[in-house]
Amino acid sequence: MTTAAPAKTQYEAIIGLETHCQLSTETKIFSDSSAKFTTEPNTHIDPICMGMPGVLPVLNQKVLEYAVKAGLALNCQIAPYSKFDRKQYFYPDLPKNYQISQFDLPIAEHGWVEIEMLDAENNPVRKRIGVTRLHMEEDAGKLVHGGSERLSGSTYSLVDYNRAGVPLVEIVSEPDLRSGQEAAEYAQEVRRIMRYLGVSDGNMQEGSLRCDVNISVRPIGQKEFGTKVEIKNMNSFNAIQRAIEHEIERQIAAIESGERILQETRLWEEGSQRTISMRIKEGSSDYRYFPEPDLGAIEVPSDQLDHWRSELPELPYQKRPRYETNFGLSAYDARVLTDDRDIAEYFEAAVAAKANPKQAANWIMGDISAYLNNERKTIKEISLTAIALAELTALIDANTISNKIGKDILPELLTQGGSPNAIVEREGLVQISDSGAIEMAIEAVIAANPKELEQYRGGKTKLLGFFVGQVMKQTGGRADPKMTNQLLAKKLNA
Amino acid sequence: MASIRELHQQLIHKERSAVEITQEALDRIQTIEPKIHSFLHLTSDRALEQAQQVDAKIAAGDEIGLLAGIPIGIKDNLCTQGIPTTCASRILQNFVPPYESTVTQKLADAGSVMVGKTNMDEFAMGGSTETSAYQLTANPWDASRVPGGSSGGSAAAVAANECVVSLGSDTGGSIRQPASFCGIVGMKPTYGLVSRYGLVAFASSLDQIGPFGRSVEDTAILLNAIAGYDPKDATSLKVDVPDYTQFLTPDIKGKKVGVIRETFGDGLDPEVEKTIRAAIAQLKDLGAEIQEISCPRFRYGIAAYYIIAPSEASANLARYDGVRYGARAEDAENLMDMYLRTRSEGFGAEVKRRIMIGTYVLSAGYYDAYYLQAQKVRTLIKQDFEQAFSQVDVLVSPTAPTTAFKMGEKTADPLSMYLTDLMTIPVNLAGLPGMSVPCGFDAQGMPIGLQIVGNVLREDQIFQVASAYERSTEWHKHSPKL
Repeated sequence: MTTAAPAKTQYEAIIGLETHCQLSTETKIFSDSSAKFTTEPNTHIDPICMGMPGVLPVLNQKVLEYAVKAGLALNCQIAPYSKFDRKQYFYPDLPKNYQISQFDLPIAEHGWVEIEMLDAENNPVRKRIGVTRLHMEEDAGKLVHGGSERLSGSTYSLVDYNRAGVPLVEIVSEPDLRSGQEAAEYAQEVRRIMRYLGVSDGNMQEGSLRCDVNISVRPIGQKEFGTKVEIKNMNSFNAIQRAIEHEIERQIAAIESGERILQETRLWEEGSQRTISMRIKEGSSDYRYFPEPDLGAIEVPSDQLDHWRSELPELPYQKRPRYETNFGLSAYDARVLTDDRDIAEYFEAAVAAKANPKQAANWIMGDISAYLNNERKTIKEISLTAIALAELTALIDANTISNKIGKDILPELLTQGGSPNAIVEREGLVQISDSGAIEMAIEAVIAANPKELEQYRGGKTKLLGFFVGQVMKQTGGRADPKMTNQLLAKKLNA
Repeated sequence: MASIRELHQQLIHKERSAVEITQEALDRIQTIEPKIHSFLHLTSDRALEQAQQVDAKIAAGDEIGLLAGIPIGIKDNLCTQGIPTTCASRILQNFVPPYESTVTQKLADAGSVMVGKTNMDEFAMGGSTETSAYQLTANPWDASRVPGGSSGGSAAAVAANECVVSLGSDTGGSIRQPASFCGIVGMKPTYGLVSRYGLVAFASSLDQIGPFGRSVEDTAILLNAIAGYDPKDATSLKVDVPDYTQFLTPDIKGKKVGVIRETFGDGLDPEVEKTIRAAIAQLKDLGAEIQEISCPRFRYGIAAYYIIAPSEASANLARYDGVRYGARAEDAENLMDMYLRTRSEGFGAEVKRRIMIGTYVLSAGYYDAYYLQAQKVRTLIKQDFEQAFSQVDVLVSPTAPTTAFKMGEKTADPLSMYLTDLMTIPVNLAGLPGMSVPCGFDAQGMPIGLQIVGNVLREDQIFQVASAYERSTEWHKHSPKL
């Protein structure tokens, strides 16, 4: 093009998330059958979760505890008086044709989640995302359609009620998110918090964490919101990000070409990497909410609330800056270490046992993580104790062994356990830092390799590595690598 | 006609066996049922088995409770494991619950003998048992008249001596009004005193299970067996339950009895009024202090009730969709067709009417004007009662404005049917205990009931007044000629 393009309109996206987390209680929210995931249909059911005539719901107290703790961890105010309501709609996966949920008095409101992203220089960028509310509700069952993927077009449908009555918390964010990346980070942080609390496993594949996205775009500077579209069916954080990015582009393209954005629900299609229309919303649905008469008011006494608050762990958003400040770690390292509560606690235990924090972080994020991934194990399943890790870092810090020796003895420590000091002593692995002993080894190596010496002196300095290797071989890997390098260079260049 | 205590004496003195008593009841049912139609299902085999177990206990020298071996009728909205529970509705035609209601479990544990499940208005919606999808139940005093409702089968069965006592449920008067129409004692306990687990819900915040008996004592014995906290019902009250028979006293000197002025207005049959006034005079003769009490918001009860109860019912009955249990329309085209046809074919007119009212008043834009307003009225009615009970121990009124009406007389006019619960509904809205005791007959020989209402959990006061009244009169000794 030769003519100058007109100034392009800049858009911003307004994004909010509705996150459903299944709570990992033993039993269902209103009955005593198992709340665990199973593939055998209709085995975790009972008259109450099946909505049989005459049965009554009774609130599982563990659900209240988990919901309150989740609310506290999301910095919400916990309602001193709350209640359940009936949300009414007909669908075969909903046994009573109403869902027991919370409408106008949710258990928790007015909170926030702090998300952290890294900029191009790996510096942390933090942002607080408002949490409108968190409420408790029961999950519905699952339909399996015969002859089609969806209800329409299927020749028959089967219902599996295992999931009916599994406890959920629904967490509604403020429309504070502006990009797919922010939304994905928010969802991950919510999952991290739930896992820290031990209230949800957050498994997206099994559906125990589900995110629905509300999204609209508007020209930057415009006050009014654009028309909101809901997107569902994202099975990973990556999918959340890509679905939003796709939807932003779709909406902007639609506006630019003069189309009207419809208020609708769209499904993310993983295969084609796009969103497709599921249903157009005509006005707002009328769920005919009214207070659930079978359950009394939910009142959390202040001493109970204090007790639950006292049981909250330090949360990832609190650990991250502390790791940077107290342990001198990079924002990146702090993020990685605090992603999983067990790993963070392992790291902290090692540091408490006087491990060098940076070294402990490197061991955990490097060799130990690689081992865990390969073996599909958790940090709690390895034999290397945090105290032993501290000992290992101390041996390296004190130049007693090299990092290389450390890596050599790690497999034994991970699988058999034991003390690094004892292994080093048993195997005679103490580093040789005596210059005389190293020089002797160097002389022997030089004498044995006259051809390589000639080549080196002839300008092929790359052969330094070869000589280092030979010295290490000669000393069983125990020669202090730094000293070996220095002394070798001197001898070779002499 | 034998009372629970008389039968108990016969059993422990081995004058008669439980099997003999049960067989006698079953034989009588065979004779009476063609005229009265109290029962939807008879459970004769199970009844005889239960009776045999009681006899075995007696033979072994074990102690038995008062209810052991006593034939009892159970309203068909109480779930009984392995036994059909239809709520007199087509939509539950073949429904057999795989679980037992708390009250029937308690009664089975007490050794009582269930002879059958009794007829009722469909899903307990009605005041005459005429909305039953299966049969009409006749009033034992006049087979051309209704037994009242919705617990008409349970009331008629006891009045006709087909069983000794029975259980009903009362959402707006469904125990007290049929008790009044059938000339027996019927009680609705304080909301939460008796577990609702296994009671098929009509209006959850109003439903309460209660006893029918031919005497105040039989009613007290049955209440003893079913009352008490149940962890399966979150609305059941954590209270100690007294032995209600200890309150059966002839002495009510100084008892303060309030007469609800608003229940003596338009629509009250003059014969009923005359009889109730005589009963009040009788209480005065027994030493009670009578005073008139005004409950000005009482008359808004029906309006509030016909918003709140249908609202809850519209949700409670949504589960009957043909998906999991009960009737399902055959050859449906698709899901919506299955829903529509199952529910159109499965529910009767009255149930549909209430589902529609409830759905309407809960709809967006109408909720505040109807449901919320009705809840406010409910609070005001409670306040009226609180005010009243700061002055008196019990309140009395007619149980119903008329005696039992003719079958078909009100079926074409739902509103006039609704008005039969005028006196009883406010008691449910306030969650209070209430009882109907026989207090006379009209010129046609139809029974009239006196309603006695107590404060929350003050069943003791009701039993005191009712038993003193009963002991001073002969009404409860009359029985219908069958």
